[in-house]
Amino acid sequence: MLHLRQAPSTEPTSRRRRRRRAKLKNTLWALLFIGPTAAGLAVFYIWPAAQTLYFSFTRWGAFGGHTWNGLDNYVQLAHDPDVRSAFMNTIWFTLLGLLSLPISLMLAAILNQRGRKGVSVYRTLMFLPFVTMPAAVALIWRWLYSGDYGLINYLLRHVGIGGAYWISDPRTALVAVAAVGIWSTVGYNMVIMMAGLKAISPHYYEAASMDGASPIRQFFSITVPLLSPTMFFLSVLSVVGSLQTFDLVYMMIGHTNPALPQTRTVVYLFYQKAFIENDRGYATALALVLLLVIIAVTAVQFRLQKRWVHYE
Amino acid sequence: MRNPLKALGVVALVAALAACSSGGGAGASGSPSAGQPATITYGLWDNIQAPVMQKLADAFHVTHPNITVSVQVTPYSDYFTKLKAAATGGQAPDVFWLNGPNFQLYASNGMLAPEQINASNYPDALVKLYQYQGKQYGIPKDFDTIGLWYNKTLFDAAGLKYPTADWKWADEQAAAQKLTNPAKGVFGLGAPPSGQENFYSTVFQAGGSIISADGKKSGYDDPNTIRGLKFWTDLIQAHYSPSMQQMTDTDVVRMFESGTLAMLYGGSWHASEFANNANTRNTVDVTELPAGDKKATVIHGLANVVFARSAHLDAANQFTEYLGSKEAADIEASTGSVIPAFNGTQQAWVNAFPQYKLQSFLDELPDAVSFPVSKNTSVWNTMESDILTKAWSGSESVDQAATDLATQMNAALAKEGQ
Repeated sequence: MLHLRQAPSTEPTSRRRRRRRAKLKNTLWALLFIGPTAAGLAVFYIWPAAQTLYFSFTRWGAFGGHTWNGLDNYVQLAHDPDVRSAFMNTIWFTLLGLLSLPISLMLAAILNQRGRKGVSVYRTLMFLPFVTMPAAVALIWRWLYSGDYGLINYLLRHVGIGGAYWISDPRTALVAVAAVGIWSTVGYNMVIMMAGLKAISPHYYEAASMDGASPIRQFFSITVPLLSPTMFFLSVLSVVGSLQTFDLVYMMIGHTNPALPQTRTVVYLFYQKAFIENDRGYATALALVLLLVIIAVTAVQFRLQKRWVHYE
Repeated sequence: MRNPLKALGVVALVAALAACSSGGGAGASGSPSAGQPATITYGLWDNIQAPVMQKLADAFHVTHPNITVSVQVTPYSDYFTKLKAAATGGQAPDVFWLNGPNFQLYASNGMLAPEQINASNYPDALVKLYQYQGKQYGIPKDFDTIGLWYNKTLFDAAGLKYPTADWKWADEQAAAQKLTNPAKGVFGLGAPPSGQENFYSTVFQAGGSIISADGKKSGYDDPNTIRGLKFWTDLIQAHYSPSMQQMTDTDVVRMFESGTLAMLYGGSWHASEFANNANTRNTVDVTELPAGDKKATVIHGLANVVFARSAHLDAANQFTEYLGSKEAADIEASTGSVIPAFNGTQQAWVNAFPQYKLQSFLDELPDAVSFPVSKNTSVWNTMESDILTKAWSGSESVDQAATDLATQMNAALAKEGQ
């Protein structure tokens, strides 16, 4: 609450007037502060979202000029094999992306052990991939994965294994790209989990060790349940993020890669339809379907959390 | 600022000023009457060519002191996204570069102003590339054809004679076999699934087609087209070419430059790149593409076009007319970056890199076939790379892939007509 220019007053009528004026002033100030954000939101989010909804029912070409075609885009979507495979690929990316959580939890638990040295160095190193530009990450990994000249296959050859053409072989490309996605989010998840671990009172562990619980038992009976709100938060973020995978596929796979059909995500397909094939009405319909899927999945996650998330 | 009403007033003032300035801009861009100074914009994507384009703009300003040209460079990756948005809003550059695959999209949507040109000044296939429904909308700027680049060192090591202009497919396949040396990691001929550099030309050499002349039907189910595609997949299956996976991981041009690829189908645009690379400066050369049933190469080139909704149509037309002149072509040729489209001005480009037989790219002109395009080329370009890569990586037969591609492409072309 803002109290500006408030002067003590003795006269009752003028006090009331002043109070009213102050109230008006407060409202105006509030509007003034909310205004820019609300205007920005309305202009750049809400209005375009409404337009997107409208355009998804139209045929909308390269240069504007849309014509209403009812549910045609949605009917076409339902029969498009590319859409089906894009959703399947996206689901795989999402499931694989969730692997980031147990990995981060393990790392966080290790780094959180009392008396461990150099924690901030490890934490910084593991957080680095998260703040590195996806384009740079993709280029470096492309080289690591390269079949003939990549570092991974070079190392594998030394132990007598002939590596694959990781990102141009349809059988390995999806996992290879998903691994990079996991690698780049582990640091972030780990930092959040370390914060969550710090919030668990040491008394629980003291009491547990007095009762003779092993460290492993402590981990599963104390750490995991008490950390479940953090894990829930991270799993929601991870799923929403994975469902929108685009940059890694775009940068690492590219449009002439024979593995593209096996790695093309929904957002990549959206990009292809809207900006390469100029079929924007269809692309907006696809984007809306993805939005509905994200909403549905998130709703399910919130439903399921009652079963496994413990709030203190 | 303590007083909220005052603050609101300032916000309103700023908004009003912003509205004023944009309104003022619109007013100022009204068409000037003859003799009044005008500034037109020239949109293009190549940073390497930008200084030459600026030179042309300056030279034009000398003879047309009333018209100033402002050159605007947008990187290729963003060029068409930005141009599409700008054209939709009526704000595209007055004059801009356009390529074959995008031309009909802009022409059919009424984005381009018709042009008057003397067709005999330019290669026929280029003039036709920029016609839509019988009308000319673009003035050819430059062109490129495809040639057979080869590594002389690897030919010498294998004891083979260098390729010549009379080579046939069989000569090339035999050479590719002899040049391939798995022990040294050397391949005979690179066969990436690339239309312009590779299979378009061989399809034409086999008597096939990519798209019918009226742009309504796919040519991929033609047995001759399929023979043109098999030329490449056979090379991969015989391991005379790197595998599809290898070529995805490492670009064939890089392989050629590092000496692990003996022959490469490459564009005239590669000349300056190879000349600037110490590995290839003096060890590679180029000749005409080997003939199949007949000789053929795909030809593509850019055009200068005028935005139909330009506020300075007259000035823009004068500028494109100048860009299409011999004088402008001579300035462009002297830099060696591209082959100018104006007939008879190409010698300067050939002379720019005397160590290569660049004349080969010009000798192919009588057999050159227009780059295949339609109204929404990129739709079936995406299908080409999606479907043909299956045949290239061996997961599907060429016949199957080509038939699928033809079916899907025909459906896409039918949709274009709506």
